[in-house]
Amino acid sequence: MNRDATKGYYGFWVYIMSDCVLFASLFATYAVLHTETFNGPAPAQLFDLSFVLTETLILLTSSFMCGIAYLSAREGKKQLTLYALIATLILGLSFLGMEVSEFGKLVASGHGWTVSAFLSSYFALVGTHGLHVFLGSLWMLVLIGHIALRGITDTLVRRLAYFSLFWHFLDIIWIFIFTIVYLMGIY
Amino acid sequence: MFGNLTVSAFIHGPIETGGQLAVVLGGLTVVFLLTYFKRWKWLWSEWLTSLDAKKIGVMYLILAGLMLARAAIDAFMMRGQQAIATSADNGYLSPDHFAQIFTAHGTIMIFFVAMTFMFGLINCVVPLMLGTRDVAFPLLNSISFWLTAAGAMLVNISLVIGEFSATGWLAYPPLSELAYSPGVGVDYYIWALQIAGLGTLLAAVNFIVTIMKERAAGMKLMQMPIFVWTTLGSMLLIIFAFPILTGTLGMLALDRTLGMHFFTTDLGGNAMMYVNLIWAWGHPEVYILILPAFGIFSELVPVFSKKRLFGYTSMVVATMLITIMSFGVWVHHFFTMGAGANVNAFFGIATMAIAIPTSVKIFNWLFTMFRGRISYPTPMLWFMGFLFTFLVGGMSGILMSVPPADFQLHNSLFLVAHFHNMVIGGVLFGYFAGFAYWFPKIFGFALNERFGVYAFWLWIVGFAVAFIPLYILGIMGMTRRLDFVDLASGYHPLLVVAAIGAVIISLGMAMQVVQLYVSVRDRKKHKDRTGDFWDGRTLEWSVPSPAPFYNFATLPQVHGRDSFWMDKQEKRIHHETITDIHLPKNSSVALFVAGFALTAGFGMVWHIWWLTLVALGGVFVTIVLRSFVEETEYVVSAETIKAYEAKHKTA
Repeated sequence: MNRDATKGYYGFWVYIMSDCVLFASLFATYAVLHTETFNGPAPAQLFDLSFVLTETLILLTSSFMCGIAYLSAREGKKQLTLYALIATLILGLSFLGMEVSEFGKLVASGHGWTVSAFLSSYFALVGTHGLHVFLGSLWMLVLIGHIALRGITDTLVRRLAYFSLFWHFLDIIWIFIFTIVYLMGIY
Repeated sequence: MFGNLTVSAFIHGPIETGGQLAVVLGGLTVVFLLTYFKRWKWLWSEWLTSLDAKKIGVMYLILAGLMLARAAIDAFMMRGQQAIATSADNGYLSPDHFAQIFTAHGTIMIFFVAMTFMFGLINCVVPLMLGTRDVAFPLLNSISFWLTAAGAMLVNISLVIGEFSATGWLAYPPLSELAYSPGVGVDYYIWALQIAGLGTLLAAVNFIVTIMKERAAGMKLMQMPIFVWTTLGSMLLIIFAFPILTGTLGMLALDRTLGMHFFTTDLGGNAMMYVNLIWAWGHPEVYILILPAFGIFSELVPVFSKKRLFGYTSMVVATMLITIMSFGVWVHHFFTMGAGANVNAFFGIATMAIAIPTSVKIFNWLFTMFRGRISYPTPMLWFMGFLFTFLVGGMSGILMSVPPADFQLHNSLFLVAHFHNMVIGGVLFGYFAGFAYWFPKIFGFALNERFGVYAFWLWIVGFAVAFIPLYILGIMGMTRRLDFVDLASGYHPLLVVAAIGAVIISLGMAMQVVQLYVSVRDRKKHKDRTGDFWDGRTLEWSVPSPAPFYNFATLPQVHGRDSFWMDKQEKRIHHETITDIHLPKNSSVALFVAGFALTAGFGMVWHIWWLTLVALGGVFVTIVLRSFVEETEYVVSAETIKAYEAKHKTA
């Protein structure tokens, strides 16, 4: 591994550590405020577990695809990398679409973020994760553009590795959201 | 079209108009001078787009100096107001304006003076100390600086357009919520700190990687100079603390712009959640600032005592202990919250315990000086000043770490005196010492000693006169942030004394300006010809002053602690062949990113949503375009380096 790559991976891990802390503060806030429903609905009345499970599976599959993209890029297989990355993107966008529709439903049924501290912290926590997924999707578009125009280069493999770290990191955060917000919210 | 921005945002009262004019005229003067002397191209290509850490460091220092002037004026206005106003009618500042001033003073001093000064010194020195040519990510370094500058600019724009926050420097809700602060002041505060905070976070990533991955060949962790260790501690704290600030201010922004209820008084919001979160960042922040100051002292005390540092290992352990423990004391900022006796006892004891590693450091410096051949140039004077003021500040801190005592002193001027004791006597004196110590390395000539000594004595005397009365006033019961006090309260005479102290400090600052002027004027006389102005011990002194743009012609080989000192003692001379060097090309990417970030922040403040979206798009496009650039480095040929070395030969 060359020197640039070593530095890059190290730096990216440090960045991910800091992003973890950002989520930690949002989780802490959710933990403190999730009982403050202020006569509004509680988690158990709002969430549909099978819907969220579908979201989860889609996101995990997209991470699997991302892994395939990275592995095939390392072997220099341009077509496979491209297809796997596009699959990752489509799955990521589907996840995002489901999340937006869930948010839309909540707001439409009068359970928006202005209703109670619980809903504020819910929308902020899940929304911040969604924002990360959105930024990751933009990043994927750029990566796809790079592969289409320039093929698989060393730089690209390195960037794909950073992206892959980022995307798996979002999975881990989502597993925590799934457990703490949804599972513990319903049971 | 323009959101909440109307013409009325530009119209202020007479004193605010003064500030407004100062910012606008100051800006115009700079533009005029640059155009008149045809210096735009030079400024652009030599400085603004430079990716050389040493130049970025100097730009940080300049920003810190400008913001120090701004925040000091705020301080003098406050001291003036409290010395004059004996009733609600005879001050010259309205209560709201007074509140904006103390908010701006605190915010600027912490984020744009202390942090900026710190990164200035770190950029100028740490790569040299590590024996490397640059930081790990030069472009990221430039982006960090320009984001910090964009944040500072947003604060100053608030002087011209609209108003600044009037909530105190930490913007406690519910006061900072829309219901009680409907203006744009708090929004300016939030977005200035978000932008600058992002810059700080990226800089920390950069320096952690630089320290862990870019050390000179042979330099083990336990052979790094202590300044590098304390920088590492400080950067680690940034990684773990600043995201909390981002999250917290983000939630406050969501409350204010989207009508959420994190910290509001209604619908389940909890203001104490904010206070906990902000101090979970805020207390580590104090150590982020003080650790590098400790590192500076650990560098210069051995040099000016002609002895190696006493207790290197214990110094490293103390630094890392402080780094970890600083996350376990945040509740001492609000013992009055009502967390209960057990919680308060835990945090009180933790606070007392953190004094132990700090004292270890103090004793290490004292033992380093013990039986040394001590000299007292200005850096050492600042250290002596630090020892006394920091000791007093530490003692008053220990006093307040006892919860029952804190219940009496909470939010009083005693507290104000305490933290100024730490931040001026500790942080600022430390950075002044570092500035004087490394000035020859950064600029190639030394600072004038005579005016440096004057400045030091005026500062330390002024400090005592300005802040000892505040301790007494605090014990007498005067709370902080009062825009007037009644004569009958008996506080007034001591406030006049404090104002005199502020005047003495202002003379000290004037002396520093004179010192800079005289030093630049006589720069030929105080030229650093050897590159080793103070007979130093660490690698930065092994290269000519100012350091060449490539830092080291041949990368150094390190054999132990104080490697350069050992080389000198053993008359070890390295003869290595000079080869071509790869250095990063200039880049304007950072200027575009920061410019767009500033625009996006401005749009958020005034609810001009389209502007924010366009600006964020600009950031995205800039980064994408950069991602297609492949040639980011240029080659300096061995001949160029040899020629440069011959011209700037060290004696």
